[in-house]
Amino acid sequence: METLLSFIHNNLELIYVVILSVFLGIEVISRVPSVLHTPLMSGANAIHGVIIIGSIIVMGEAAADNYVVLMLGFIAVVVGTINVVGGFVVTDRMLEMFKSGKEKPSKQTKAK
Amino acid sequence: MQASILALCYLIGSVSFIIGLKMLSHPATARRGNLVSAAGMGMAILATLFLYRPGGEALHNLVWIVAAIITGSGIGLTAAKRVKMTAMPEMVSMFNGMGGLCAALISIVELGRVAQDHSDMHVLSILAGMVIGSVSFTGSMIAYGKLQGKIKDHSFKGQHLVNLFVLALIVIAGAIIIYSEGAFSGTIFYAILGLSVVYGILFVLPIGGADMPVVISLLNSFTGIATACAGFLYNNQVMLTGGILVGSAGAILTILMCKAMNRSLMNVLIGSFGGTVTGVAQANSEHGASKEISLSDAAMVMGYAQKVMIVPGYGLAVAQAQHVCYELGKLLQNKGVTVKYAIHPVAGRMPGHMNVLLAEADVSYDDLLELETANEEFGTTDVVLILGANDVVNPAALDDPSSPIFGMPILEVGKAKLVIVNKRSMRPGYAGIENELFFKPNTSMVFGDAKSVLHELVNLVKEL
Repeated sequence: METLLSFIHNNLELIYVVILSVFLGIEVISRVPSVLHTPLMSGANAIHGVIIIGSIIVMGEAAADNYVVLMLGFIAVVVGTINVVGGFVVTDRMLEMFKSGKEKPSKQTKAK
Repeated sequence: MQASILALCYLIGSVSFIIGLKMLSHPATARRGNLVSAAGMGMAILATLFLYRPGGEALHNLVWIVAAIITGSGIGLTAAKRVKMTAMPEMVSMFNGMGGLCAALISIVELGRVAQDHSDMHVLSILAGMVIGSVSFTGSMIAYGKLQGKIKDHSFKGQHLVNLFVLALIVIAGAIIIYSEGAFSGTIFYAILGLSVVYGILFVLPIGGADMPVVISLLNSFTGIATACAGFLYNNQVMLTGGILVGSAGAILTILMCKAMNRSLMNVLIGSFGGTVTGVAQANSEHGASKEISLSDAAMVMGYAQKVMIVPGYGLAVAQAQHVCYELGKLLQNKGVTVKYAIHPVAGRMPGHMNVLLAEADVSYDDLLELETANEEFGTTDVVLILGANDVVNPAALDDPSSPIFGMPILEVGKAKLVIVNKRSMRPGYAGIENELFFKPNTSMVFGDAKSVLHELVNLVKEL
């Protein structure tokens, strides 16, 4: 009990950030139309790629001769980057389709 | 100085994630929203590379880090550019798995370092990051395999009990590590890692392929939480807020997706155990649970569809809504949507009733489709809007020999991607029989008088 209380006291700012972010996430998303579910999932997926910062720190703090950590860190940075870059590019492609699907037919109708 | 700039960059990064997500949830701003988040991410990464100074020193191994980033960018970019649009969900699953793997690897490395500088909270967040990260990784890989059709559904009797057992083992082993005050062996840590990997596989394996988008969204939320754990570990605000944001948004999105399919999350996760498919179908026909769609959602899906079919029925005639119906059709056509009217011969109870009515409202004859032509076109239709028609779209006419209308040719609206039914109430139609269509997963209901509903829709489509 005492450890819990002291934990809360020591990390008060962090706890505020966590709780407010939870509500923010719910608030931001809750009125999304179902057509946007997949792109939104993909966009959120790219955002959690921010984990890459952790892997950069792991590698950056490793000693130059600690090969095990360097190797694990290297893989972590590679897969983290795949998550970030791939995630944003795929989301953009999805949303691009969305737009062109609306524009192309309108050109046709104008041509008529 | 550098530390303050770094903190500022992280702050801007966090805000860009929030704004980006907000913009992503509206069709008009979605694409820019994605770019906003990407810019924030790029800035946070660059700031970390050049401004992060642990113990006053610049980051070591910068060459290797940059090499890894270039490699990852190359792979990610190629994969994202090459993937076919139809294969998008499995691509998202793959990327999500990569994030999970990244979180798990970070935890594995960090445990070695924290063994000396022991604090319960740090060990806990490392463990949580590792467990959640690896479950997300293997789960996403299984989901990817399923969507690719490479992995079949596997389930055995009592599988959810086995899953619970594995989960309990993970929790117990984690508790042992926490209470051993740093004196634990590496073996138990790797045992947890192994169990988490297995749990991820067992968790996703029995879930049906059609439910994979929901599972991917859930795993996406998991990876967000794993990211937040790592953010806590490094006391890094941008990781913490980004992770929590995705964690909570992902959880809500998962629930919304389940709702859109008219199912509960529990039903998706454990519903596939022990062939209950026939039981579910029966329960549906007996109790009947239809789902409603809000007018703004309905306007949205029609405004952004390629092809909309309107099926007018007696309800439209009673409400004298043909003019406003024409207005909606015209509005959608101006937005580039192909709009056609599918006319059942007996719609409105009087042959030709609908043709007359719509012609009166200036609807072009070219846009009115006969039964056969309409049935051919439903397969390529995105949204069918049914206005007060009931028996003419009742699938019982095709597949229920005991039904009084069995054998009647109907408009096979079920072939379209989404069916929106406008009715005044759930009461059966003219023939006095239940309509299975209203309980189908791709059917949504809008209750109300056809005229007022159409007026609302016209206003909402104008605002899009």
